[in-house]
Amino acid sequence: MFVNNIYSDPIKKVLLDFLLRMADTSLVLGHRLSEWCGHSFILEQDIAISNIALDHMGQAQNWYVLAAQLQDENKSADDLAFLRDVLEYRNLLIVEQPNGDFAETIVRQFLFDVFQFNLLIALCESTDSNIVAIAEKSLKEVSYHVKWSSEWIVRLGDGTKESNERIQNALNKLWEYSGEMFLPNATDILLADAGLGVDLSAIQSTWATYVATVLKQATLTTPEKKWMQKGGKDGVHTEHLGLLLAEMQFMQRAYPNCQW
Amino acid sequence: MDTQWTLWEVFIRSKQGLDHKHVGSLHAADATMAIKNARDVYTRRMEGVSIWVVESNLIHASNPEEKDAFFDPANDKIYRHPTFYEVPDTISHI
Repeated sequence: MFVNNIYSDPIKKVLLDFLLRMADTSLVLGHRLSEWCGHSFILEQDIAISNIALDHMGQAQNWYVLAAQLQDENKSADDLAFLRDVLEYRNLLIVEQPNGDFAETIVRQFLFDVFQFNLLIALCESTDSNIVAIAEKSLKEVSYHVKWSSEWIVRLGDGTKESNERIQNALNKLWEYSGEMFLPNATDILLADAGLGVDLSAIQSTWATYVATVLKQATLTTPEKKWMQKGGKDGVHTEHLGLLLAEMQFMQRAYPNCQW
Repeated sequence: MDTQWTLWEVFIRSKQGLDHKHVGSLHAADATMAIKNARDVYTRRMEGVSIWVVESNLIHASNPEEKDAFFDPANDKIYRHPTFYEVPDTISHI
């Protein structure tokens, strides 16, 4: 648990921003994956995707609890998840993108999983023991996610003509959301300097090498480096997040404090 | 064309168990996927520490119609059970 006065106010502010980003990113991705529940093409993968969705929900909860302890406004973890609006959400843009077909879901998952895996490894070196604890706990789950999504990339990329085309199209479509993960904003820079956060440029090369290896094995073409989308970390989102939150937050908004 | 994935039988060894026990079946495109699917479908609640999968069509089974001929003759051969030994009093836990 945070001893609330160990950090100066400016650090506390950016730390909260970072914790919310971690929480929001996991929650939004978990919600997206949960949309597959009952709709997957085969029962076994329906369960696999739901398991991964629940992993992300669990991670989100851990980060929200930590964030709730840090802020002074007496908000609960649930308040942070269900009573903030689009502009206050700090998740990465890639996780709010719609599921599309299975190929798009897999590409979104793959690009993010490899990033998250490397981010969590780096966060294990954070000077904050709470962050380290959550990172270590999440890593076991995320290691499996990386295996799962990498394997699907190879299967579909190196599969039939149609599966290859679909994965390549998804890759071309979602690639522009991959740059934001490594683009430091003010929060990233301050936290990295303070030893709490991560040097994102350092994990970018590890990410790029692994992604390129898997894509090559999958007979896919790594998209050209082009202009990258950004803004999620600072609350500037694509049109999709508002709709997602409207559905996810409906119960708490319509029936405040309802429980079940 | 058969578009279904192959059926696999799943065997799980639990933490305390010494042997793998049959827990059910599932569909998968190959063995790697079958093991992953088994992990997701059958070990969600800490059921196991080891997974075996076998293609269902590789299992040869006894014929249920021959059940009587196969199993009934063992019914009255009580001497096949090791129950006719005198156990010395000094030996316990048997």
